[in-house]
Amino acid sequence: MSNTVTVETSKKSLWGGGRSPFSISYGKLMMWIFLLSDAFTFSSLLISYGFVRYSFPKSPPNEIVQPFTHVEENFVEQMQQQGLFSSEHWPLPELVFNHFPFIHGLNLPLMFVSLMTFILIFSSVTMVLAVEAGHRMAKKEVAFYMLLTIFGGAAFLGCQAWEWAQFITAGASLEGNPFGPTAFAALFFIVTGFHGSHVFSGVILNIVIYLNVLKGTYDKRGHYEMVEKVGLYWHFVDLVWVFVFTFYYLV
Amino acid sequence: MSTHTKHNDGHGHHKETFLTKYIFSQDHKMISKQFLITGIIMGTIGMLMSMLFRLQLAYPDTKFPFLESLIGQWGEGGKLSPDFYLALITIHGTIMVFFVLTAGLSGTFSNLLIPLQCGARDMASPFLNMLSYWFFFVSSCVLIFSLFVDGGPASAGWTVYPPLSALPKAIPGSGTGMTLWLVSMILFIFSALLAGINYVATILNMRTLGMKMTRMPLTIWAFMFTAILGILSFPVLFGGSLLLVFDRSFGTSFYLNEIPADLAGGIERVGGSPILFQHLFWFLGHPEVYIILLPALGITSEVIATNSRKPIFGYRSMIGSLMAIALLSFIVWGHHMFVTGMNPFLGSVFMLGTLIIAVPSAVKTFNYLATLWKGNLQLTPAMMFAIGLVSFFISGGLTGLFLGNAALDINLHDTYFVVAHFHIVMGSAAIFGMMSGIYHWFPKMFGRKMNESLGQIHFWFTIISAYLVFFPMHFMGLAGVPRRYYTNTAYEPFAAFVDMNEFITMAALLGGAAQLIFLFNFFYSIFKGKKSEQNPWQSNTLEWTTPVKHLHGNWPGEIPHVYRWPYDYSKPGHTEDFLPQNIPDEGQLDPLVDLEIVPSTEFEKK
Repeated sequence: MSNTVTVETSKKSLWGGGRSPFSISYGKLMMWIFLLSDAFTFSSLLISYGFVRYSFPKSPPNEIVQPFTHVEENFVEQMQQQGLFSSEHWPLPELVFNHFPFIHGLNLPLMFVSLMTFILIFSSVTMVLAVEAGHRMAKKEVAFYMLLTIFGGAAFLGCQAWEWAQFITAGASLEGNPFGPTAFAALFFIVTGFHGSHVFSGVILNIVIYLNVLKGTYDKRGHYEMVEKVGLYWHFVDLVWVFVFTFYYLV
Repeated sequence: MSTHTKHNDGHGHHKETFLTKYIFSQDHKMISKQFLITGIIMGTIGMLMSMLFRLQLAYPDTKFPFLESLIGQWGEGGKLSPDFYLALITIHGTIMVFFVLTAGLSGTFSNLLIPLQCGARDMASPFLNMLSYWFFFVSSCVLIFSLFVDGGPASAGWTVYPPLSALPKAIPGSGTGMTLWLVSMILFIFSALLAGINYVATILNMRTLGMKMTRMPLTIWAFMFTAILGILSFPVLFGGSLLLVFDRSFGTSFYLNEIPADLAGGIERVGGSPILFQHLFWFLGHPEVYIILLPALGITSEVIATNSRKPIFGYRSMIGSLMAIALLSFIVWGHHMFVTGMNPFLGSVFMLGTLIIAVPSAVKTFNYLATLWKGNLQLTPAMMFAIGLVSFFISGGLTGLFLGNAALDINLHDTYFVVAHFHIVMGSAAIFGMMSGIYHWFPKMFGRKMNESLGQIHFWFTIISAYLVFFPMHFMGLAGVPRRYYTNTAYEPFAAFVDMNEFITMAALLGGAAQLIFLFNFFYSIFKGKKSEQNPWQSNTLEWTTPVKHLHGNWPGEIPHVYRWPYDYSKPGHTEDFLPQNIPDEGQLDPLVDLEIVPSTEFEKK
């Protein structure tokens, strides 16, 4: 018995009780399990989106649209006259989201949302740097990178607010929308809104952690695991955005 | 968080006040009692509701003056109103499925047993555990409150299919009552998620030394799979409910199509599909069935092995079948929707998956029977209820094979055959598992025993009346009598079944009366029951090594180490017929040495 045990030691002792099989604290394990369940929430919304979207006929191919560089005042009406925006079929996202703040009249398909995506992914990078600094117990660096992450999240939320405002000014709401079927706008608001609420709570969490870092709570505790935990959440929220971006804007 | 640590620095132990000990307790043993008592109260309410609508089904043309004084406008002239009938069946289903058999069953016993049987001081996060109970409590209150609002509680059936649930003006119960149902359900989902995350983290991370996964009692395995099912399926109901809330209140049309504006709050609803909701609902709904059943099966395994004084037969195949059932439960939800319109090929896929579940279920049944075979049976009330579960699991499982068949289901869908099937296999079986657990672990929870004779009487009345209630329903279902109808006498072909309904109602009243025995026994024994010794059933698992009087932290000294699996009953060569998990064999190495484990204090709770 003891002979075989020594051979299999590492494997057996992992699951033998008295320690965490994944060598992580219960808190981090709970965060992982929570993220798994949250992934199912987002999946249910995205699958519902797919279900509704594919109950409509495909949008007309982009080629029939003459290439244009300018967005006129009555752009939506023009598109409606050309039959590109109608409640009968799903609109092309690059025709709907082609505005950019402070730049009027130019056709910039998906430029703004790409910028948003970049900001969010960049905030993930700063979060990684904060976690890494936490491993080295470098308090000042952690605080600096957490602050950058908070700015990134806040900037993303600001961009989203601008995009929602733009979309709503164009006439979209939960009950109707000039670009296509009602469900297009309703699902847009719900899916991006639900994601936005996750980003919002992430920013709040980050601020709490940032203040704790400044106060030296984790220095006293001897480890920066809390930074790691909110980091997990933050990366998850970014990952979800990649899916939202893909299914909502690109496909 | 920082203030908390600072606060703890000065003194290790808090003085407990009444509020922190009994109300906002973070001790898993107290939380489990809270879950149990809330569950029993909700169960009593749900049962009384079933009595009311059984009365209507048996005597559709008789007037009962007491109804008017009992439920007021809903029983005007002594007749149960059709609207309130629908409300009753809806709330009865909701209470029983979610509040009694999900929270009341898994909430109670997961909380009690996971730390005790794994050998942990408490749950991974006692605070979230407390939060989970309070979400559940508030959600129960909201549901009960919805009984008193204008228009009555939700009435679209416990499955709340749109459009009845999505259009506030569809039927009286679609108004405020339905909104409160959704609020209650969303709170319930939060509770289930907080609890489930905690359970899995505790089981994986906080087992005592030597408690390998393959040394865990089957109860813990069952609770773990239950928690995983909940973690993965409840979020989908959350997504579905969220969209439903928007359909109801904010003018969207995810689940609605071709509804004219005057019926739908002034906005024409087009483009959605009620089938979407059915998919989302049943993606939760089917795993939910196993969230209800698996804990009961786990409890039964433990109770049967202990009271047969034999090792459980096929320990590993029991784990395997639990795992198979859990996996399969995610890919069979479509069998609830065979007649709602589905690609026939998809129907056959769902059918295949459904019928395959019979295999692990049969493995479990045979293992139970093989464990009982030639055992030294101790027919305690807990054991009787566990055997009752096996009986229901067989008789209800067989009808599942009929219903899982897509072709037969066209005939049987939405008839009393379905009602009979799920009340036996899910309702009665899970209730029996819960009762078995209550009788078995009552000494652990309250330090006293329940009265044995009353327990036996309770068992026999309950099992007989349950079969008398649900067995005849199969024949009604085969004859095509539809479920949820207010009065069957209104339809010529079904009028003949009134006498059968009368019989069923009589049996149901008998069953209800039998529960009074239980309620008396339960509450009386909490205060006046016979004092229990430390290990009254001579069981092997770790919870019986804790002192009778509850301690915060469970064990007074060090947590016992584990040297064996939990089913060493009647082991040859030993004088006692049980060998608790914390007793080493002669010469057996300490798990510390045996497995070369370096105990890590790093992750111990601070």
